[in-house]
Amino acid sequence: MCAVRALTKTYPAQRGRRGVPASPEVRATDDVTLDIRRGEIFGLLGPNGAGKSTLVRQLTGLMRPDSGSVEILGHDIVRHPERAARILAYLGQESSALDELTVSLAAETTGRLRGLDVRRARAERDAVLDELGLTGLAARPIKKLSGGQRRLACFAAALVGERPLLVLDEPTTGMDPVARRAVWSAVDRRRAEHGATVLLVTHNVIEAETVLDRVAVLDRGRVIACDTPSGLKEKVAGEVRVDLVWRESAPLNVPEVAALRDRVVESGRRWTLRLAPEEARAVVATVTGGAAFAALDDFTLATPSLEDVYLALGGAARQGLVRA
Amino acid sequence: MVRTPAAASVPDGTTVPAGATASNDPSEGELRDVSVVPADALGGAAPAAGGQRVAGPAELGPRARLWPSLVAVYRAQLSRARVARIPLLFVATFQSVGIMILMRGVVDGGGEARAVVAGSAVLVVAFVALNLLAQYFGQLRASGGLDHYATLPVPPAAVVLGAAGAYASFTVPGTVVTAVFGCLLFGLPVTHLWVLVAVIPLAGAALAGLGAALGLLAPRPEFATLLGQLGMSAALLLGVLPPERMPQVVRLARDLLPSTYGVEAFARTFGERPDWGLVLGDLAVCAAVGVISLAVATWAYRRAAVR
Ligand SMILES: Nc1ncnc2c1ncn2[C@@H]1O[C@H](COP(=O)(O)OP(=O)(O)OP(=O)(O)O)[C@@H](O)[C@H]1O
Ligand SMILES: [Mg+2]
Repeated sequence: MCAVRALTKTYPAQRGRRGVPASPEVRATDDVTLDIRRGEIFGLLGPNGAGKSTLVRQLTGLMRPDSGSVEILGHDIVRHPERAARILAYLGQESSALDELTVSLAAETTGRLRGLDVRRARAERDAVLDELGLTGLAARPIKKLSGGQRRLACFAAALVGERPLLVLDEPTTGMDPVARRAVWSAVDRRRAEHGATVLLVTHNVIEAETVLDRVAVLDRGRVIACDTPSGLKEKVAGEVRVDLVWRESAPLNVPEVAALRDRVVESGRRWTLRLAPEEARAVVATVTGGAAFAALDDFTLATPSLEDVYLALGGAARQGLVRA
Repeated sequence: MVRTPAAASVPDGTTVPAGATASNDPSEGELRDVSVVPADALGGAAPAAGGQRVAGPAELGPRARLWPSLVAVYRAQLSRARVARIPLLFVATFQSVGIMILMRGVVDGGGEARAVVAGSAVLVVAFVALNLLAQYFGQLRASGGLDHYATLPVPPAAVVLGAAGAYASFTVPGTVVTAVFGCLLFGLPVTHLWVLVAVIPLAGAALAGLGAALGLLAPRPEFATLLGQLGMSAALLLGVLPPERMPQVVRLARDLLPSTYGVEAFARTFGERPDWGLVLGDLAVCAAVGVISLAVATWAYRRAAVR
């Protein structure tokens, strides 16, 4: 469906101006090779700045790669970027083009610009707004909606005028559970009814584990792993994650706690440890009994998530992924 | 949030390692009801690994045709302008009315008065079509808003012409009010005000094309704003002040400004017996500049859309 081969893109270095420090060149996409199959929900997971948006912008014909190829449904998108618009619908991370329109006009206009006639565009607009529960907000300018509602309205516009491939750059940012569910069931319906393929950008591991068929983990422009979420998690199956949250600071006077110190990832009051199951059990016993207990605010014990996979694969950003 | 750790987590988290996440995330359950359709169960291409499908490239979706998409962009832009730009239209109108009131003490009727009224009326067009449109495209480009249009199969000309047309139409009430007020103030005949039907779209095309091109070509949005403002100031100084009092160099600059020809065409129609040939000539210059600047703007849009 979509084949990406050895794709590379470097942003040039910026010379410093007064008040603006110079920035070095950034290799935002580094020799990326991927295959997305028809009908799957394929994810790009990575922390901020990993190069997810840069990669999808090259797949959507918005940006020309320095080298490499992109083929979608048999069309060479590097040579014919304008064809992308006739194959896919894209929901970008920014949506300033629609901001000042009403929800209803944004959806209708987008449909018309996808080549629908007025009647079809209006009918699809009404159906999509209804499907996403936006009918009550239809007459409101998008700018005056809340962040999550705005995102949902832009998602609605992306759905008007059916396409075999949906490219969604962090579609659920700022959405509450109800809105997210609306997004996922709309995506799922298009896949079940039309065999639509979805390319989803996210930095949320829970989202990645639950909605994706396959996921490519991106770090500093490179794909460091690509498999099903459960396949990836098998790589770290032998480990358990222990999160300890201290009330104020870690009780380093307790020798067992002090001994853990050089194995933890610290972020504020939180300590994260990746341990073999028996070790984890011992740590839990230590901190829930005895002197350390008084200093403990909360703890969790979990089987590994994609975040652990990311870190185990050598991902650079320690706290870059979100569990929510 | 001070809870005893035991009460907080142990109930869900005691089984090691089979116990799932102890932090019971509400979104998790909510996401789980997505049915998992195996990718390969859905008809169509086999996975790339074993796929020997020899079918050629898939059929593309329809292209949006020029005229319908132009109309769609025009409608959307006009509604945007109505929501967000009405106060600015008032500003533009008051500015022009204010200038005419000031100039009343300076000019002494006749040709100068005609130039002032025509210049003030066309100034409203310059304010909206040149200045505001340059700002709009500059910001749209900087904020990544062009991506939206660039990922739709819409002809670039439809986006540029639709926006330019909407901004030019948006100037109509302000221009008409200014022209009528000017006629009353300076005692000019309102007989030929109908010529605005040609002056507004043609001067509008020239100035909106210029504004769109500046906005799309400026390397940064601040530059786009600056260029739009400068263009409008030029239209103000060179269009409103009577040319007879200008030095030669300034007159040359005036001749290079497209709004000048709209002003001249309009000013001629206040005469006793207007020379319609000259009016047409001036309007033709506006039209030509409009065609060229809109073509440049379309080219600039294409360039800005794919980086
Ligand atoms: N226009 C640009 N010019 C220069 N560098 C850029 C530009 N856009 C992005 N970058 C850099 O390229 C890298 C990848 O950026 P990108 O926007 O693709 O990240 P991302 O994975 O989408 O992040 P996020 O999760 O924050 O959206 C980053 O290091 C970023 O600083
Ligand atoms: Mg991004």
